[in-house]
Amino acid sequence: MIPPMERPDFQISLIDAAQRVTIKGAMTLPHATTTEADFQTIATDRDVHLDLSGVTRFDTSAAWIIASLDARLKDAGQTLEINGTSEEIKSLLRSVTAAMPTPTVVEQPKMTFMDWVASIGQSMASAFMYLAELVGFLGLFLARLVRSLRHPKDFRLTALFHHCEEVGLKAVPIVALMAFLIGVVLAFQGSTQLKQFGAEVFVVDLIAISILRELGILLTSIIVAGRTASAFTAAIGSMKMREEIDAMASLGLDPAMMLFVPRILALVIMLPILGLIANVMGLLGGGLMAWIDLGISPALFMTRLVEGTDINHVIIGMVKAPVFALIIGVVGCHAGMQVKSNAESLGRMTSSAVVAAIFAVIVADALFSIFFAGIGM
Amino acid sequence: MNQPNDTDREVVISIRGLRNQFGSQVVHDNLDLDIYRGEIIGIVGGSGTGKSVLLRTIAGLNRPKAGSVEVLGIDVLNAHQDGRADAGVNWGVMFQDGALFSSLTVRENVEVPMRTVDGLDPQLRRALADLKISMAGLPYFAGDKYPSELSGGMRKRAGLARALALDPQIVFLDEPTAGLDPIGAADFDQLILGLSRSLGLTVFLVTHDLDTLHAICDRIAVLAEKRVLVTGTMQDMLTVDHPWVHEYFHGVRARAALDTKAAASGPTKD
Ligand SMILES: Nc1ncnc2c1ncn2[C@@H]1O[C@H](COP(=O)(O)OP(=O)(O)O)[C@@H](O)[C@H]1O
Ligand SMILES: [Mg+2]
Repeated sequence: MIPPMERPDFQISLIDAAQRVTIKGAMTLPHATTTEADFQTIATDRDVHLDLSGVTRFDTSAAWIIASLDARLKDAGQTLEINGTSEEIKSLLRSVTAAMPTPTVVEQPKMTFMDWVASIGQSMASAFMYLAELVGFLGLFLARLVRSLRHPKDFRLTALFHHCEEVGLKAVPIVALMAFLIGVVLAFQGSTQLKQFGAEVFVVDLIAISILRELGILLTSIIVAGRTASAFTAAIGSMKMREEIDAMASLGLDPAMMLFVPRILALVIMLPILGLIANVMGLLGGGLMAWIDLGISPALFMTRLVEGTDINHVIIGMVKAPVFALIIGVVGCHAGMQVKSNAESLGRMTSSAVVAAIFAVIVADALFSIFFAGIGM
Repeated sequence: MNQPNDTDREVVISIRGLRNQFGSQVVHDNLDLDIYRGEIIGIVGGSGTGKSVLLRTIAGLNRPKAGSVEVLGIDVLNAHQDGRADAGVNWGVMFQDGALFSSLTVRENVEVPMRTVDGLDPQLRRALADLKISMAGLPYFAGDKYPSELSGGMRKRAGLARALALDPQIVFLDEPTAGLDPIGAADFDQLILGLSRSLGLTVFLVTHDLDTLHAICDRIAVLAEKRVLVTGTMQDMLTVDHPWVHEYFHGVRARAALDTKAAASGPTKD
């Protein structure tokens, strides 16, 4: 029904002291770029008579082009006279001219050396603030834990069991598989190296020490941080977003008692158990590989394991578990409480909680290594 | 408002025998409605009577079970998207709360539909987006903001700016003044009225707001009993003898809206 749109026809002619601009055809968005380029060729040193009687279609882009020409001419002290317009075009031109945006250019202040130093200081300060907030959160958790010892009625046992199932039981398959595979890889890589020295049997020590002391609990914590810190943040964050937390507080329910204590406590209980499972599965994987690859029989593996590996390694590994659990739980719950009332911040806090939890776990592990080396264990 | 006779006005949207059904729940049955060029039509009806579903059906976001929907003479249910665009049939939809893309600034949001226009110079596109933002009544700096940094009312305006990006002939608005304070709502009403008159827009407006109906709607269509029960001006509505319509237009709130309207226009009339 509407004919295919031709590029509008544009002509400038000089009459006396003014220029006469005639335009015919459809002045619409698809041709706005060329039309605007044509209009830019109009000199601003004399008055302009614009004839629109041949215009078939006219939209806001056309009105913008004419309004900007008008502004340019005004700046140069000339006038624009428009002829041959219908009432609709006039009203559109009027409202577009009235709405012409005046850019308020905000001067970007130049970054000086002092600003740079200040921004470093600011990010340092906010890092310390974050750390202080986490410590505050830990304190809140411990205080509520003590309180629930004194008022056992306030404690939500059902929620604790529910979260134990969520963070512990449901993580068992992935943790067990991961630890088994790590054991297999360690045994395989270790045996190819140790074979060169004829020291194959030490592969048992290699597997036992690295899994029991470090890898079992560290990798479990990383997986749990990915699974659970994000789940805590998402659950608490979406409650925060829908003002459910405020509703709780207004009903006299303590959000820390209702939400944080069962979650973090469940992690503190379940992470050591998961770590234990990871240890067993890691040794199983390593033992299996040692048997297949090096011919170390399960009986020999067991003897070597019991005689050659200090029990300290197991203790050191397990001591770390509750600490890592606290870190993951506190980071996850804290991030949930930082969620604002929009969905973007929920997504942002969820992913930053995972990154922060994993990073904090690894830093804590490094600190533990230094500490245990210091006390000679 | 003195509207010309129905017969000599151009019909831009024509709905015949529309049937919408979700499972066993029939929302519309044998619904007919005509909408004329340049008018602001207000759609009212109780909660769950299918106002939003009707809007979504005309805008091509919901496929009806039966019936025909013609927009500017094109059968939109069977026409291909490209065929529709070639015929110059386009419309804008303003969703509740704007439905802006959260990862883009307001200006980029308005530019999104303009990107479909071939060969449009990026600088010109930016300038036109700024114009649309300004026409929607937002200050210049709002263009650089992300949706999450705006208030609810500003997000609605930004959503309207995006709906107007391609100079549509029809815009669909779903409860545009819901959740706005009375002053913000009145401003928004005037914005819609001004844009409709200056751009020659046809406005399909779903609303619960009696003030909006009074202030800007040329015609009102009442959705009840799975169809359009009556259409007409505000004056016509007052004489309709249907329990829901009577209650709606004669209730306490309706009287209050009428009174404020009378009070507002009283002293200025001479
Ligand atoms: N996609 C859908 N699937 C199933 N039912 C729907 C769907 N969309 C709407 N409905 C139903 O259609 C009815 C009308 O909805 P709606 O148009 O949103 O009402 P309102 O008039 O309040 O805007 C409601 O009962 C709703 O449950
Ligand atoms: Mg609705």
